[in-house]
Amino acid sequence: MSAAPVTAKSLDAISCHVCGLLVSNRYIREHSDECPRCAAALHSRKINSMTRTWALLIAAAVLYIPANVYPVLTLVSFGQSTTNTIMGGVIELVGSGQLVIAIIVFVASVFVPIFKIAALLFLVISVQFGMKARRRERALLYRFTEFIGRWSMIDIFMISILIALVKLQALATVTAGPGAIAFAAVVIITMFAAMTFDPRLIWDEEGENDDG
Amino acid sequence: MAIDQDFTYTDAFLACPECDLVHAVPSIREGEQGRCTRCGALLYVRHKNSLDRALAFALTGLMFFILANMFPLLTFEMEGVSQSNRLIDGAIAFWKAGYWELGIVVFVSSVVAPLMVLLVLITLLLPMRLNRVPPSPQLQIRTLNHLRPWAMSEIFVLGIIVAFVKLQDFADVSVGLSLFAFVLMVAATVMAYLTLDEDALWSRLREIKA
Repeated sequence: MSAAPVTAKSLDAISCHVCGLLVSNRYIREHSDECPRCAAALHSRKINSMTRTWALLIAAAVLYIPANVYPVLTLVSFGQSTTNTIMGGVIELVGSGQLVIAIIVFVASVFVPIFKIAALLFLVISVQFGMKARRRERALLYRFTEFIGRWSMIDIFMISILIALVKLQALATVTAGPGAIAFAAVVIITMFAAMTFDPRLIWDEEGENDDG
Repeated sequence: MAIDQDFTYTDAFLACPECDLVHAVPSIREGEQGRCTRCGALLYVRHKNSLDRALAFALTGLMFFILANMFPLLTFEMEGVSQSNRLIDGAIAFWKAGYWELGIVVFVSSVVAPLMVLLVLITLLLPMRLNRVPPSPQLQIRTLNHLRPWAMSEIFVLGIIVAFVKLQDFADVSVGLSLFAFVLMVAATVMAYLTLDEDALWSRLREIKA
């Protein structure tokens, strides 16, 4: 028999999402809905968290296809041209014996985007269905997902460096491919999806339904 | 840990930013950190001379950022012809190739956001060091929080390494002076963020205003 946990919500208060100041709803009613310390807009939970996260996840999943099908870069050297997709770039690195770099690129560009979309989908669905089990593990999953998301930009930066550096006309020239736009969009949209998901929703019903 | 039901706002208690559980803010020693008892999120850290150290790291970072923009990052050589690139050339190359969206993304995440982070930190912490109120502390601290995920210098460093390895296969690539400056800028920025204690920031601001 555990009592319902004391949360900001149960105290009729809001924790500022930017600076963490604990502000009571009474203050908000009587004064303003801006944080008295940092002046950010106060909300108890991120606005429309579930709807926004769903929309961004669907967009990311759709863009994931062109991101992997279309080439991200083309190298023309001595009249020979090689075109790479995201996965093709990894295979080429393996082929040239750069295993460590190949693993880094594989994790950042192939594993992380899929993992992120899958993890956020699972989190959104688990909240939607009011799942009670494994709250702490799901909180950890969210924290991890938010942390790793940005690292997928490695490939975009790599391409930007190659196209700026390798432009020796007939000798060697690298150009970007349309897959790069879709890939960058997937990375940025999933970053937004992780930001709009509110991990507090994982915990919101703890202690309310459990004791009946 | 009882909380007065009639409070207006308080910094003696705080709610976990990830699960909303309320905790009393204890006085912890420098170098210690507090985590949420329910979900394990990091709640607070205390650092020795937090604000001074963050300012020193930010000033160091700015110096290296300027250096990183003055010299080539990499130089690529093939059949006697060579070509170098600077930090901003990646963004320009995307823009010129018609991929302007990517040009903007790369420009913001590798140049604008990292520079802004350093400038905001300096314009916030330097006046405070001199006992003055910064130009707009609330806006500056909020900007710092929102900029954080979009400043991707540390990821850019990995991008450079991957590009370097890929080029080595068919040409001579050499590392430019700016690369070292850039790596040091990243290290200084990471240290500035790690040592900056936001609670110390707010309480110091209150002292100065009083």
